[in-house]
Amino acid sequence: METPQFVYTTYIATTPEKLWEALTNPGFTEQYWSESRVQSDWTVGSPVRHMRGETLMIAGEVLVCDPPSHLAYTWSVRHIPGYANEPPSRVDFEIEPLGADVRLTVTHRDLAPATLTLISGGWPLVLSSLKSLLETGRALHVMRLSGQIVTR
Amino acid sequence: MDDVFKALADPGRRDLLDALFERNGQTLGELCARLDMTRQGVSKHLAILEAANLVVTTRRGREKLHYLNPVPINDIAERWINKYDEPRLQALADLKRALETTREREGR
Repeated sequence: METPQFVYTTYIATTPEKLWEALTNPGFTEQYWSESRVQSDWTVGSPVRHMRGETLMIAGEVLVCDPPSHLAYTWSVRHIPGYANEPPSRVDFEIEPLGADVRLTVTHRDLAPATLTLISGGWPLVLSSLKSLLETGRALHVMRLSGQIVTR
Repeated sequence: MDDVFKALADPGRRDLLDALFERNGQTLGELCARLDMTRQGVSKHLAILEAANLVVTTRRGREKLHYLNPVPINDIAERWINKYDEPRLQALADLKRALETTREREGR
């Protein structure tokens, strides 16, 4: 496995189980993740799809599913022409309880050049929004509204 | 959040973050080579950045790699900037909805 190109962490006042749910339940992901429903049966080898409405945004395959501590899947950008030809990248989500908080570490590796440029700015916003949703019950307004403005 | 502001309130530490922005995942040695700072200085600054969660480390064999973690900065932007934009974003969303509704009505 290649060295990660990005490592992002955030500390969230929640439980590992709730955080796992937030990453794997489409009804949850669409609230904080650019209105994308993340769909899979979460068994190793199964497909993963990020759907925004009827649009397939990201496609991948489950590599690791070890609830509630480690989830990994491949990641290919599908909604923009050109990117789908690049080899898939890999995202790992690692969840560790730390006292009253949970540390979420997201590593993204094997990113080809175009995908690298496209996704590098997105994670901090997704993670801030996830933290906000779990801690306050509200996702960030930017994430809620960006979907309304950008899509369709 | 205090940790983040304190960590950012030093030009040397901001240089370190810039160096990681240019190339993520560097070792202590690599960071020392490109900055005009002693090894102890860089090491001390990295510890402060790590404590503020602005830098995250992973291991590659015996090496420790340092990564820029902008998530806390994003939390600050959210706290101090983006929320003031909410009315404007809401206005844009409302405008889009209004225009689309008009178009649908005209289409019929």
